[in-house]
Amino acid sequence: MSEKFDVIVVGAGASGNAAAYTLAKSGLKVLQLERGETPGAKNVQGAILYADALERIIPDFREEAPLERHIIEQRMWVMDERSYVGSHFRSDDFNKPPYNRYTIIRAKFDKWFSDKVKEAGALVICETTVKELLRDDKGKVIGVEVDRADGRIYADLVILADGVNSTLARKAGFRPELDPKHVALAVKEIHFLPKDVIESRFNIQDEEGVVIEMMGKITHGMMGTGFLYTNSDSISVGVGCLLSDFMEQKITPYQLLEQLKAHPSVAPMLEGGEMKEYAAHLIPEGGYHAIPQIYGDGWLIVGDSGMFVNAVHREGSNLAMTTGRIAAETAIELSRAGKAMSAANLALYRQRLDDSFVIKDLKKYKDLPDLLDTNKQFLTTYPELLNRSAYAMLKVDGEDKRSKQKDIYRGFRAERSLFGLLGDAYKLWRAFR
Amino acid sequence: MHSVVCIKQVPDSAQIRVHPVTNTIMRQGVPAIINPYDLFALEEALRLKDKHGGRVTVITMGPPQAEAALRKALSYGADEIILVTDKAFAGADTLATSFALASAIRKIDETHPVTLVFTGKQTIDGDTAQVGPGIAKRMELQLLTYVSRINELDGASGTITVERRAEGGVQLLKTALPCLVTMLEGTNEMRRGSLPDQLRAARHELTRWDRVAAGIEDVTKIGLKGSPTVVNKVFTPSPRAEKAEMVTVDSGRPADLAVELIARLGQRFPVVEAELARRAG
Repeated sequence: MSEKFDVIVVGAGASGNAAAYTLAKSGLKVLQLERGETPGAKNVQGAILYADALERIIPDFREEAPLERHIIEQRMWVMDERSYVGSHFRSDDFNKPPYNRYTIIRAKFDKWFSDKVKEAGALVICETTVKELLRDDKGKVIGVEVDRADGRIYADLVILADGVNSTLARKAGFRPELDPKHVALAVKEIHFLPKDVIESRFNIQDEEGVVIEMMGKITHGMMGTGFLYTNSDSISVGVGCLLSDFMEQKITPYQLLEQLKAHPSVAPMLEGGEMKEYAAHLIPEGGYHAIPQIYGDGWLIVGDSGMFVNAVHREGSNLAMTTGRIAAETAIELSRAGKAMSAANLALYRQRLDDSFVIKDLKKYKDLPDLLDTNKQFLTTYPELLNRSAYAMLKVDGEDKRSKQKDIYRGFRAERSLFGLLGDAYKLWRAFR
Repeated sequence: MHSVVCIKQVPDSAQIRVHPVTNTIMRQGVPAIINPYDLFALEEALRLKDKHGGRVTVITMGPPQAEAALRKALSYGADEIILVTDKAFAGADTLATSFALASAIRKIDETHPVTLVFTGKQTIDGDTAQVGPGIAKRMELQLLTYVSRINELDGASGTITVERRAEGGVQLLKTALPCLVTMLEGTNEMRRGSLPDQLRAARHELTRWDRVAAGIEDVTKIGLKGSPTVVNKVFTPSPRAEKAEMVTVDSGRPADLAVELIARLGQRFPVVEAELARRAG
């Protein structure tokens, strides 16, 4: 009764869909297994779609994918309790098609993406959890067993796209247990507001959108950021911090989000909205050093399961789609050349990732997570000093500017020694270089 | 042994909301599910098949997207699924729906003689419990409603024995086959289909029947034309503002209770009291 496929893809998130679509499109016999009730039922994202990664998979996606707004303005806020110092970058260049980034609502987007996978010819089975990988006597992965009767099914290659928790990869010993220092816990809400209210509030029109990234005291010194994105007729707002920091600080994520929503600079933007959705998810943020072995005899790991998230630039779904696509392309090439899905041959996948922006970017910031983890002043002291300085300089109260500058400088010196200040500047330069 | 199970795709009422201004049901984003009562009917049909062999056909009348509900039924282990879909069916009430389904089931019967027709006791969106009995009447089948248990199916004598929940007790009923059964909730638990059934359901070539294929000639009996029911107005009942009051009397005599009740009504609604006094002269 057991059937054999060319490839089994475990998971219907961004990486799994990218892999399954690319494989099926090339004519390979593909089975995709998803534990959620529908494809996307378990998926959570901010969510920003980076067009480039999807364009390389489905070039004309803009014509049919459910997109909310293309982003024309990026705001970066450094916050203390009452204020923010920020930069806004708005460019008409971002307003010229083809657009580069979009806000999306994953529930809608994932349904569309999964329909494309089915159209391409893959078999998609939901509400089915893979219990374990099947191996031959040499240890090569030859299929999977699911939590249903007669649940063994075989394939030349199994692609693990089963997300940040990846029970499968952990169970198989491909990946160690998650380190709380390497995962962020993010919570978000979607607030509905009339389209025209959003557009007047954010100074946008038609399909234009705004993104606000927030950092500073809003996270109580925990390593993390907040965000606010404009959708067509709703606003996504959320915050995420390292799991280890939540454990230490004993603050619950929803408390943090409530505080962020109540911030005097954030609250007016959400005023009058109706909360329609609440979601939480883990994000793998261990960076380059946390990437596990991602290929072996008969298996590949893609997406969050392989820790492919660039936390510094808040990029994840594009890395997921890209790793999914490159994994699929590797398999297609081997299959066409009549080569086995052995570890030696599948090493090509890792090589290609090394040559792509995926590994290059993760390598660039490889030390930043550790730097910020051991130097909390970047997340607390500096945002506060920055806001205090801006307030002092802008408040007109009869005091001359030079004296104010001196006060500000003294403030910095009081919080961080001169040596500390120079050291911090150097560390930051090293990390971002 | 061939069971035909009639199902309906309905919006998940647990997640439905009424628009505060227009009073219409907000269907957007509400997931579509198989009417939960129909699942008890389907599972019962599958159990009879496990025991006696034979065949289970699942049928629905609905828009093209009802395909998802049928595929789901197939993934539980049904043998065949038929989507009866045609623009001519749009706007059907229970009369027109039972006419169309009865006609389609007769069509099924031509190739695979039908032993049993199953429906859920009612749908969670219409709540009428009329379609099952409507099909039975048109097909001149014995009708067993609100069945809580199938005790025995005797193929040799062509009879079925069931328990039917009635007011104040349970009826033990026996009737000749073929017949139509409407299943109560909580009578069984839907199985988890096997992996091969999932694969079969995902690959299955769906059978679609339009009006003609379903054997319907008289277009005045289907769709809006065949539906005498008219929805006059839809409104959300406003929550009751006044507090409930418990009326009791020490004597416990109903006559005293009635007197007390009228006295209290009079206190609360002076208009009623005045009217009563006027009539009493």
